[in-house]
Amino acid sequence: MTKTPILDVHDMTVAYHHKPVLWNIDVTLTEPSLVGVMGPNGAGKSTLIKAILGLVPRAGGEVRIFGQPLSKVRGRIGYVPQRESVDWDFPINVFDLVLMGTYGQVGWFRNPGRKERGWALECMNDLGISDLAGRQIGQLSGGQQQRAFLARALAQKADIYFMDEPMAGVDASTEEAVFKLLQRLRSEGKMVIVVHHDIRSAPQYFDQMLLLNTRLVAAGPTSEVFKNEYLQRTYGGRLMALETAGVAMRDKVPSA
Amino acid sequence: MSDIFTYNTMLVLLGTSLLGAASGLIGSLAVLRRQSLAGDAFSHAALPGLCLAFMVVGERNLAALLLGAFISGILGLVVVSLLRRYTRIKQDAALGIVLSTFFGMGVVLSRIIQNQTIKGSKAGLDSYILGKTAGIIASDVYLIGSAALLCLIVIVFLFKELELLTFDADFARSQGWPVARLDLILIILLGLVVVIGLPAVGVVMMAALLILPGVTARFWTDRLAAMLPVSVGFGVITGAVGTWLSAEYANLPAGPIIVLIGAGLFLFSSVFAPRRGLIARWRRANIIDTSLLDLDTPVFEA
Repeated sequence: MTKTPILDVHDMTVAYHHKPVLWNIDVTLTEPSLVGVMGPNGAGKSTLIKAILGLVPRAGGEVRIFGQPLSKVRGRIGYVPQRESVDWDFPINVFDLVLMGTYGQVGWFRNPGRKERGWALECMNDLGISDLAGRQIGQLSGGQQQRAFLARALAQKADIYFMDEPMAGVDASTEEAVFKLLQRLRSEGKMVIVVHHDIRSAPQYFDQMLLLNTRLVAAGPTSEVFKNEYLQRTYGGRLMALETAGVAMRDKVPSA
Repeated sequence: MSDIFTYNTMLVLLGTSLLGAASGLIGSLAVLRRQSLAGDAFSHAALPGLCLAFMVVGERNLAALLLGAFISGILGLVVVSLLRRYTRIKQDAALGIVLSTFFGMGVVLSRIIQNQTIKGSKAGLDSYILGKTAGIIASDVYLIGSAALLCLIVIVFLFKELELLTFDADFARSQGWPVARLDLILIILLGLVVVIGLPAVGVVMMAALLILPGVTARFWTDRLAAMLPVSVGFGVITGAVGTWLSAEYANLPAGPIIVLIGAGLFLFSSVFAPRRGLIARWRRANIIDTSLLDLDTPVFEA
């Protein structure tokens, strides 16, 4: 008997003004794990997540999550949008922002009660930002803003998470905190799909990888996918420059 | 002035205060959802419908006029979204085209009406362009009051949903909230407030009454739950003071005076507001953080 895949994307295509952004994507993920979505700029990484979540229209294809159509499993999905996607001058404080994670469970017309507020505080605690609860969100540093977004996602109590560049432009301690959170979610049996831009740190973070450049170049366990051949095909010439720079750094800094 | 507190004056003041309150409430959300220009397009696009309604009904029946205005305002926004979808014109250009075209049609229609009607009936609809508060009667106040109450009820019940929509629509959609329908509710309320505001403030100035109280309130508050009531307060002050001045002293159209009052409050706030005002920000920028100067500089022997 085959297991029902957690995420099953079949033949998905997304086009913008008749130009394909994603072409015939097939992804099947069965085991809960940390999955990195990698690819050069403009490869369609964010679009992949947004198309799966129904935030951009699909030109074709089908998505099933836990074997169900999207509309049936919204409550089990957590989402961390790109940090730049919202107006950080918006008049809410950090606590209000994190509390939004519970709105899906609270439902229409009702306001979050004592239970939800306590839970939101707990999520803030887990990301080390509970002392910032009363701050207007624009007064946070980039790393703190990202932690607030992650706390909001945590507050969703989801079973599958989609995160769009949660480690972009954050300080080292936030990057570590994010990674710890990812590991915790995996140990709780959650599926976590992360768009990630930094090719060097990727292999230490992710169990599986999707290499994307409009088409899916490769998908599978990191040990099998993170290979020069596939990376070259994904990044093209751009990877060469990156590698040369990496080698240059290694040569310059004597090993301890 | 001895007649400040006459029944009629009180009625007019009550009407414009309620209008300011409703504008402040819906306008705040429209600004945060980046829909404030949609309000402007709506009010300009409402004029031809108002004129057509007058031509059909043949008299100055307020309910009919406002219904016509509402329908043509909605039509204007539909044209905006059609333009965007089928011509790839950007939002601002599409709004500009619709706004001026519909307004042009409206002005032409209102002149036709003026030329057709018998002298002395003063049926000209010019007062709808710049606003005229003196004509507000009790039934108008009921109408404005009901619209304001409706806005209040919807926003109280949908506060959480509208906050989510205006802050992060993608996240809202990912949680399964019907974002398009929430946007539609917001636009309908916006149109409703615009339409009831036309007789008093006029087509040209209505957008300012929607935008100014909200952005002014933002200077004084950092949370939406506080910003909305503060914006209502600014809306009330703007509407009431503006009409009172225009009626008692200036004998000018109410719309421009109301807008000038709103702009004055905005200017004052942008300079003097505690944290976000220019002075507060200027003072902050001139304080040099000296905390780092206490650190010792590590010096290594070569």
